[in-house]
Amino acid sequence: MVNPEVELEVKLDAKLEVKNLRFRYNGFELLASLGVKKGEILTLLGPNGSGKTTMLKCIYGILKPKAPCVYLDGEDIHSMSLKDRAKKIGYVPQIHHPSFPYTVLEFVVMGRASQIQVFDSPSEEDYKMAMNALKLVGIVDLADKPYTQISGGQLQLALVARALVQNPEVILFDEPTAHLDFKNKIKISNIIRKITLSKKTATILTLHDPNLAGMYSDKIVLIKGGRIYSAGKPEKVLNGKVLSDVYEMKVRVVDVDSFKLIIPDQTY
Amino acid sequence: MKREIILSFFLLFPIFAFLLSLCIGVYKIPLLAIIKIIVAKTVEIATFGKFSFDLNSYPTAYQTVLLQIRLPRIITAMLVGSALAISGAVLQATFRNPLVDSYIVGISAGAAFGAALAIGFFPASIELTAFIFAMIAMTLTYSLAKIKGRVTVISLILAGIIINAFFSALTSMLKFLMEHEKLAAVVYWLMGSFNGADWNVVSRIAIPIILGSLAIFLMRWHLNVLSMGEEAQILGIDVGKMRLIYISIVSFITAISVAHCGIIGWVGLIMPHIVRMAFGPDHKTLIPLSIAIGAGFMVLADDVARALTTFEIPIGIVTTLLGIPFFVYLLRKTGGEW
Ligand SMILES: Nc1ncnc2c1ncn2[C@@H]1O[C@H](COP(=O)(O)OP(=O)(O)O)[C@@H](O)[C@H]1O
Ligand SMILES: [Mg+2]
Repeated sequence: MVNPEVELEVKLDAKLEVKNLRFRYNGFELLASLGVKKGEILTLLGPNGSGKTTMLKCIYGILKPKAPCVYLDGEDIHSMSLKDRAKKIGYVPQIHHPSFPYTVLEFVVMGRASQIQVFDSPSEEDYKMAMNALKLVGIVDLADKPYTQISGGQLQLALVARALVQNPEVILFDEPTAHLDFKNKIKISNIIRKITLSKKTATILTLHDPNLAGMYSDKIVLIKGGRIYSAGKPEKVLNGKVLSDVYEMKVRVVDVDSFKLIIPDQTY
Repeated sequence: MKREIILSFFLLFPIFAFLLSLCIGVYKIPLLAIIKIIVAKTVEIATFGKFSFDLNSYPTAYQTVLLQIRLPRIITAMLVGSALAISGAVLQATFRNPLVDSYIVGISAGAAFGAALAIGFFPASIELTAFIFAMIAMTLTYSLAKIKGRVTVISLILAGIIINAFFSALTSMLKFLMEHEKLAAVVYWLMGSFNGADWNVVSRIAIPIILGSLAIFLMRWHLNVLSMGEEAQILGIDVGKMRLIYISIVSFITAISVAHCGIIGWVGLIMPHIVRMAFGPDHKTLIPLSIAIGAGFMVLADDVARALTTFEIPIGIVTTLLGIPFFVYLLRKTGGEW
């Protein structure tokens, strides 16, 4: 099922590499290889339960595959200490369980934890970085608000800001657009692109919307049942046949003013 | 500006409570005499005895009551109050649970059993046995609360109730087996009291509590991060290890307090909430202010315990009566969830 051509293409000059990742839950197995360069966005696309979150967790090392399989500039990520890993990789989780009502600024500055000794607190510099991150994601006016009292979309942006202050080389976003309205989906996608280009991060995100994936990704990896079904540039991966197979329903790609729009062929 | 006023109130509160408590007691000493004796002694200590004052115009009982009875008792109450308040703040953060303190999770009951064991049956250090059983109780509560890999706000409280009942039963059994002359003392101590607090007690609790509190004070910002739960690992924090460190320290200072002053519940639960209401949840301010008002509150509660009626009420009863309404309020407000 896996197309060998695809691997060759993505491995070249990759910054973050996943080589023969193999992870098993009871009854579910994820097998994958992929690579992302600096300043590039790779999107994992696939139906619910196909293994996208599992893949991100395996890449970060929250879930540990038995053999080393994730490399950042050739270095095995899973053998790094938690601290070193947090300095290199940012992770924006899909679900955040709220805690005490810290201000948004206090919440975001926690992204500096890996740089702060256990007997220390954040410095002026750290708070400045947090403010800059808030500016970048556009919620600096919320800095002094309790982070438990902001909207879902704003919380998502705060989570992104928290990952940003880690100054990571790689950022993993798990469904950053889930629960967001039409406009905010575009807003956060733009921010992700802006970050990827300006900070030159190797970015991996998971999405549910193939159209959004097509608009923002340099590379798309289609997953189904824990296997890579297809991977490559959006125009190559996002075709009616492949998507119909992955989502198990008829999907059409139509040309609207030279923009490729992906729509289901029938409504149920 | 308003913040500064409230802040100075919090910081001045323990000093005010300290001075007030020196003046309160069954034995009446004129205010002027108290001030003179305190000033004289402070100057004497500050100048390493180069200056000393003639206080012979007062009955010697004045100095004895102030310096040998009230002062060590006040210091003990302040140390224990701050230890319990810190413990509450730390446990609430590490378990991200606003409804716990060392009493509710069973640390105090475990420590009491450990201390009773050493007092009644074999000559070990009561502080050490208290600490060991405090850790055992905490471990049991945590394991019991973990259902399908998750500890919820309510499951932790329920597990705490069970472990509390377990260690209380064990302690009752010890009392049953204990020699009569020891029994009375143990029963009274268990209810929580600063009645026996003299300079000897101060000398045994001061250093451990101050060192433990200092460690927590220095590590306080990371409590913010730890209160993110398992998610803290993606911020570079070894959650399991950090939890163990914080919990060991607060089990230790709680055990020291319980070993000498018995079980005093609810203080640790309430103090951090009062600070959060005024200053928000950031542990950079929460920890020092919890220390301050924990110390102040405990001496005032002890004033009530020793001066409200002609006989002494165990302070554990006073704090429980004050604490329960507050807990009910919190439970209703939070709904047992976030
Ligand atoms: N904690 C878990 N324990 C066992 N199996 C799990 C667990 N989490 C996910 N899975 C399984 O792994 C598969 C992939 O899940 P996931 O990576 O969350 O999918 P996605 O993010 O693509 O929706 C699912 O089929 C699910 O059954
Ligand atoms: Mg998912």
